[in-house]
Amino acid sequence: MRAKRKQRLIFVTIVLLGFSAATALGVYAIQKNKTYFHTPAEFAAGSVPQDQLIRVGGLVVEGSVNRFDDGVTTEFDLTDTAGTVTVRYKGLLPDLFREGQGIVAQGKLNNQGTIVAQEVLAKHDENYMPPEVAEALKASGASHPENIPKNNY
Amino acid sequence: MIPEIGHFALVIALCLALVQTIVPILGAQTQTSQWMAVAKPVARGHFLFLIISYACLTYSFIKSDFSVLYVANNSNTALPIYYKISAVWGAHEGSLLLWVLMLGAWTYAVTIFSRSLPNDMVARVIGIMGFVSVGFLLFTLLTSNPFERIFPVPLEGRDLNPLLQDPGLVIHPPMLYMGYVGFSVAFAFAIAALLGGKLDSAWARWSRPWATIAWVFLTIGITLGSWWAYHELGWGGWWFWDPVENASFMPWLVGTALIHSLAVTEKRSSFKNWTVLLAILAFSLSLLGTFLVRSGVLVSVHAFATDPARGVYILMFLAVVIGGSLLLYALRAPKIKSIGQFELVSRETALLLNNVLLLVAMFTILVGTLYPLFLDAINAGKISVGPPYFNAVFVPLMLPLVLVVGVGPFLRWKKATLADTLKKLIKIFIIGLIIGIGLPFLVAGKTSILVLLGITLGGWSIFAALYYLFKNLKRSDSKQSAIQHLKKIPRATYGMTLAHIGIGIFVFGVTFVNAFEVEKELPMKVGEKVEMAGYEFMFNGVRTVQGPNYSSKMGTVDVYKDNKAVARLYPEKRTYLVQQNPMTEAGIDSGFLRDVYVSLGEQINSEAWGMRLYYKPFIQWIWIGAGLMALGGLLAALDRRYRLKLKREKVVEKAVKSKEAAIAAS
Repeated sequence: MRAKRKQRLIFVTIVLLGFSAATALGVYAIQKNKTYFHTPAEFAAGSVPQDQLIRVGGLVVEGSVNRFDDGVTTEFDLTDTAGTVTVRYKGLLPDLFREGQGIVAQGKLNNQGTIVAQEVLAKHDENYMPPEVAEALKASGASHPENIPKNNY
Repeated sequence: MIPEIGHFALVIALCLALVQTIVPILGAQTQTSQWMAVAKPVARGHFLFLIISYACLTYSFIKSDFSVLYVANNSNTALPIYYKISAVWGAHEGSLLLWVLMLGAWTYAVTIFSRSLPNDMVARVIGIMGFVSVGFLLFTLLTSNPFERIFPVPLEGRDLNPLLQDPGLVIHPPMLYMGYVGFSVAFAFAIAALLGGKLDSAWARWSRPWATIAWVFLTIGITLGSWWAYHELGWGGWWFWDPVENASFMPWLVGTALIHSLAVTEKRSSFKNWTVLLAILAFSLSLLGTFLVRSGVLVSVHAFATDPARGVYILMFLAVVIGGSLLLYALRAPKIKSIGQFELVSRETALLLNNVLLLVAMFTILVGTLYPLFLDAINAGKISVGPPYFNAVFVPLMLPLVLVVGVGPFLRWKKATLADTLKKLIKIFIIGLIIGIGLPFLVAGKTSILVLLGITLGGWSIFAALYYLFKNLKRSDSKQSAIQHLKKIPRATYGMTLAHIGIGIFVFGVTFVNAFEVEKELPMKVGEKVEMAGYEFMFNGVRTVQGPNYSSKMGTVDVYKDNKAVARLYPEKRTYLVQQNPMTEAGIDSGFLRDVYVSLGEQINSEAWGMRLYYKPFIQWIWIGAGLMALGGLLAALDRRYRLKLKREKVVEKAVKSKEAAIAAS
């Protein structure tokens, strides 16, 4: 019986050690790497911390897209109709980036109130809107019937 | 008419699946052989009707029958014929039908390759697979009928999602599904063993090749998906830690653990409880993957549809399958006895370590994928967990795993001495270290701690595997020729060697790409030359090209190295006529040691275009490595010992027959 017990002890120890290490690692890494989603209205209200990685979603305001002379930097406004925030992005925009389109940007808020984006995401379907954007729009009471995601099926 | 036949065939398949579930399992429990005998013919009939149903849907696609809603939504008369056929699994309803069709195919395979199995085992396995089929057929018929008609009939279809119009995506989903569904066989074996109360090493030997083949398909499927993303998304990335990718990666990790743990159960009659749990877990994660992708709970490029009714159904089915099998496990597990014993230093421990690392990795990915959904569900804020998290947790877990991969095969079962093994392997480790120090300088002229670590471990994994093969050669009879030696080594050993070499090559690719890739985003004027990573990129303008169902702006970029032309690339920006979606099609020159990758952005002014240039050293090694892993798995599954029993039976059969013939003749 002794050998049996020893074996079980080895088994349980390794498994427990592994999973506690994983949990610790996971919790630590999530705390460090999570990014919160904010609506343009929250930026307008000034309730978003500066210099912290955040996500923002909204519709690209018509006529607000402005390309800088370097050819790769773009500035545009995002709105959920309750508020508007300016986003600056250096890099090529995704295929589906368009005025009036719902997009999500990830980046940091600088002290001028502009979001310096590291990533801009637009989804591959002309009717599709990131759920966060749809909800932010709904929360702000906007009705953009042409932009509410259609159920295709 | 044809769609109705398809629909009707699907209903018949459901009825047969019900019979296939109930009768054989009851027969096995009561040991009624007539009832058990129902299993095979019913399972084959079930498969036949699924084929009919699937063929009907394919026919509707080929004939562009837009009175079928699903066809109208996902096809178009201008769509090339091969994409019409692949459009069958281009969206939710059809891919479910493909899922069940494959389940039917696996069940059919079980009915063919199960002659050496006891009757009650076969009956139970087929019965359980029938149950899974019932679940999915009901789901298809109740919430996602692909044969639904619409009126008035549209003149033209809405076309297949342009993202899916790529050869990589034609074969990616079927492979992935073959893998997902393949784990249902290992699962069915596990549940059948629990039901029958007989879990021995014979059981492990039966289920091992099935699990391995499923794992091979899943490996190929994931690899193709990654290859597709690299070619089609225009970002030059090969893995994004997208929730949908994670959904297929989690069953892969558990499947990898399962095929290793099955080895212990087969050879040493140990780890039995654990192996059964892994089989249940691998299939549960496949179902979870289906749920995540199909219920629309995720924010992801892959999530096509959003419909809560579907989500709730899959969640309930998930609860029944996982809850039911865990309950059965809890009832039966105390009776299962693992016989084999082992010491702290032994191959068993190495494989246990492999299992724990893989499972822990799976667990951290599960947390990263589900935690944001959970927070959102309880209204605790919206967060997203991106690649930094996954890299931070996954890489530290995989490094020790690669170390174990090298040592494991050299350890003996039951009891090994660490000192002996290390003495054997120290040379190999030094070779790895030399490669780790030297190769980065040859490739890039610089290095870093992470590169040193990655390349050393990669080299270690490759050379340890080769050394193991070499050792096996020396052990056999010295009188034979080298070729005879090579022939004597079992296929399973070759398989393992190949797969472990594949890991090393994969690690090489990942390390080099992450450390040394060069990227530039810039506006380029026609005729402008840009230098990057020793290559010169010359932009020669953009012209308009017409495809069958799209129009394309095709750029021409000439690539030079040392003033010699290397490649002419054609990055494209396509606009698909029906859905009006722009799509990037990268121009890539692939090579053994590096890829040069150009993708076209937007037009900035009359003469300049946005352009993305990449230099990606060793990126092909990622897919070569993964391919070798799959090939290794295939070899292992084809090992002779799995067929020996079959053959022996045939020999006996023949002997009996010839005896009978001799008696009859006399």
